[in-house]
Amino acid sequence: MLPPRFTGDLARLPTHAFTHRALTWWGVMAFFLIEGTAFVMAIAAYFFLMNQEQVWPPPPHDPPDLLAGTLFTILLLVSEVPNSMAKHAAEKGQLRKLRRLMALMTGIGLALIVLRGFEFASLNVLWYDNAYGSIVWALLLLHATHIATDWVDTTVLTCLMHGEHGVEGRRFVDVSENCLYWRFVWLSWLPMYLLIYWLPRWVA
Amino acid sequence: MKPKKSPYDHDRDGHDLTGEALHARLARTWGREPGLLGWLSTVDHKEIGRRYLVTAFIFLTLGGILGLVIRAQLATPESGLIDPDRYNQIFTMHGTTMMFLFAVPVMDAMAVYLIPLMLGTRNIAFPRLNAFSYYVYLAGGTLLWVAFALDVGPDAGWFSYVPLAGPEFSPGKRVDVWAQMVTFTEVAALAVAVEITATILKQRAPGMTLARMPLFAWAMLVVSLMVIMSMPSVTLASGMLISDRLVGTQFFNSFENGDSLLWQHLFWFFGHPEVYIIFLPAAGFVSEIVQTFSRRPAFGYIALVLALVATGLLAFGLWVHHMFTTGLPRLGYAFYTAASMSVAIPTGIQIFCWIATIWDGRPKFDTPLLYVVGFVVTFVIGGMTGVMLASVPLDLQLHDTYFVVAHFHYVLIGGAVFPLLGAITYWFPKFTGRMMSEAAGRWTFWIVFLAFQLAFAPMHWSGIMGMPRRVYTYPEGLGWELTNLLSTVGAFLFAAGLLSFVANALVSMRRGKVAGPNPWDAPGLEWATSSPPPPYNFPHIPVVAGRTSLWDNRGHLPAMQGLRVDDRELVLTSVIDAVPDVREPSPVPTIWPLVAALALTTLFISSMFTPWAVVIGSVPVAAALIGWFWPKDAKVHPEPVID
Repeated sequence: MLPPRFTGDLARLPTHAFTHRALTWWGVMAFFLIEGTAFVMAIAAYFFLMNQEQVWPPPPHDPPDLLAGTLFTILLLVSEVPNSMAKHAAEKGQLRKLRRLMALMTGIGLALIVLRGFEFASLNVLWYDNAYGSIVWALLLLHATHIATDWVDTTVLTCLMHGEHGVEGRRFVDVSENCLYWRFVWLSWLPMYLLIYWLPRWVA
Repeated sequence: MKPKKSPYDHDRDGHDLTGEALHARLARTWGREPGLLGWLSTVDHKEIGRRYLVTAFIFLTLGGILGLVIRAQLATPESGLIDPDRYNQIFTMHGTTMMFLFAVPVMDAMAVYLIPLMLGTRNIAFPRLNAFSYYVYLAGGTLLWVAFALDVGPDAGWFSYVPLAGPEFSPGKRVDVWAQMVTFTEVAALAVAVEITATILKQRAPGMTLARMPLFAWAMLVVSLMVIMSMPSVTLASGMLISDRLVGTQFFNSFENGDSLLWQHLFWFFGHPEVYIIFLPAAGFVSEIVQTFSRRPAFGYIALVLALVATGLLAFGLWVHHMFTTGLPRLGYAFYTAASMSVAIPTGIQIFCWIATIWDGRPKFDTPLLYVVGFVVTFVIGGMTGVMLASVPLDLQLHDTYFVVAHFHYVLIGGAVFPLLGAITYWFPKFTGRMMSEAAGRWTFWIVFLAFQLAFAPMHWSGIMGMPRRVYTYPEGLGWELTNLLSTVGAFLFAAGLLSFVANALVSMRRGKVAGPNPWDAPGLEWATSSPPPPYNFPHIPVVAGRTSLWDNRGHLPAMQGLRVDDRELVLTSVIDAVPDVREPSPVPTIWPLVAALALTTLFISSMFTPWAVVIGSVPVAAALIGWFWPKDAKVHPEPVID
């Protein structure tokens, strides 16, 4: 093998960094792209199927009731406040503040899951009624899996924050990326909310 | 245990720790436990890459045997060798195996093994995800083949068009097996795409700017982004198909205002990019081989990179050419014809660059370069018939005939398998430490190349004479006898050629000439380390100042020192200029990826039978993932944060 000729020293480099300097950030970005593409294809399918109908939603179905979905949307948008604070606290390494905010985010996630349950009940159509029913259930379910997975992730990280692992710099990176993921979860919900709840009202 | 005070309290590689002493330390840190548990827990990209490669070749063999059975059946008219039902399963299994279980995974295999070495890093990004992806792929392939053995093999064609594949016309579990196999393989391919993207963007050797990256890495970056943007579409589609079949959704049921064309759009939005997902890695192989064996840097590096990117973009604009016969608006016909023809331009640019490299170099026509020549000839023919098929009037005549079968075998085997065989011959010494026999390699090349033409060229005529694909037999007197017989003879000779390739590999693995680190005098970083490479890849992290590193620095390797030897560390560099930025810990081996893959397998397979499996099955999956991500060794890492 070729003998080395040293041109520099890596020992002074840090062992963790935030945002695009972290490997996890790129992993999270790639998963955004994957899931974002799935959402875009599901939305395309929605419009494709809408094209098959004279009236949307097809009679005798009413558009979904607004209450549960709107409450869900408001809570989801409000959750960005503690989420941003948690992200900031993670990047500043403020452990105690982070513990409180993470616990709050876990609670909010749980409330959102309950509200999502009510959303399914207020769609006014079942998945097997027709293609309209199938696609709105699919959109809602697709997004629900993101709420659920992020809730599990947040809960695990909250527990970690209370143990010996909470003091490691890399855990703060994990929390920061988890907060970033939450932004994707609520951003991707906004077009879904319009498609499921409002588009049927606008085109009626 | 208290954190140590200075970063220099830890042992690091460098002037004081190099050579054998360094090897001993790094081998201990980066090695794995012996025994079965260690074997199953490995996160070494080379071990996983080898497993991917061997498994993909096993599936190639299985799919190839089915191809031979098809040819045996079609050799003579009105042959009764296999019945129509079994025939439907066989052609579906052949296509499905070759596309999902061989072509994409084998390219992943090569990338998983080679990319970290080419970039000068110690392991792939997210190595546990890598192990997980392999087990998921293996489970998906096993599901498909066990089902086939039990007479539950899918039988609706490799693209499973509805309504044929819907609940009405395909009762039973055959199509569900197909749809879940898709889910398995897409999860695996997406995981690899994420790893490769992150590795290429963040783990390149210091100094390896984007403009100095090996062309194979460029190809894999484009391919990984294509996988990320296309595979969700088929995953969504297969999910919809399963739910139509299992819980009565109506996505594709026209009686409830679903639409079977929705399936075709979602499938081909993945299916067409898929062709380039298979071809572009091969284009990367060709660039690397041509460069090494022409003894000069690749001609037109920037043009080659731009051609890869352009192909990647255009690939998303032509899926509808698979649907010309479904009826389209006139503008749709014009647009998709133009898009389909235009993809020939970047491909042409690449071919001219390769020819220019050979022309201007001092080419040495060893086996790998022979495969490149075979590739250029065959792929150009396949490309021409592709341009023919892009024209709507011709497509309407030739759609679903053997002309199409001939076309895609020319582009897929000519465009991907020939370069792959060249690439395996080329990198075989790196994988095994030994050379493949050159004499046997040359013989094999000529058998493979000529037999391929004999098998597939006559199919053009079968197709033009009107022979439809997927028929299990045909009557006498249609004029198809001779072309079919020639195809069958060619197919068996082709199989003999592939068999001799495998035999050469197996014999050479034990008795081949010992290779040394760089037997071809190649310029890439993968040749800077021993063959096969140690678990940690490079004793010191190499530094790059040009595109042909080992040609630019004869007699020594520029490197950086200072990584810990008692912990798995690698270097993250900046995305564009590859400036060293962070010392990143790399995950240690663990059994959790296997456990997670088994839990996911249970979920996927049982969800073919009951939708509740998705709910109940997600609990063990979540538990396994928590086990996987739970940090284990807080005590090893602490080190003062240096900012």
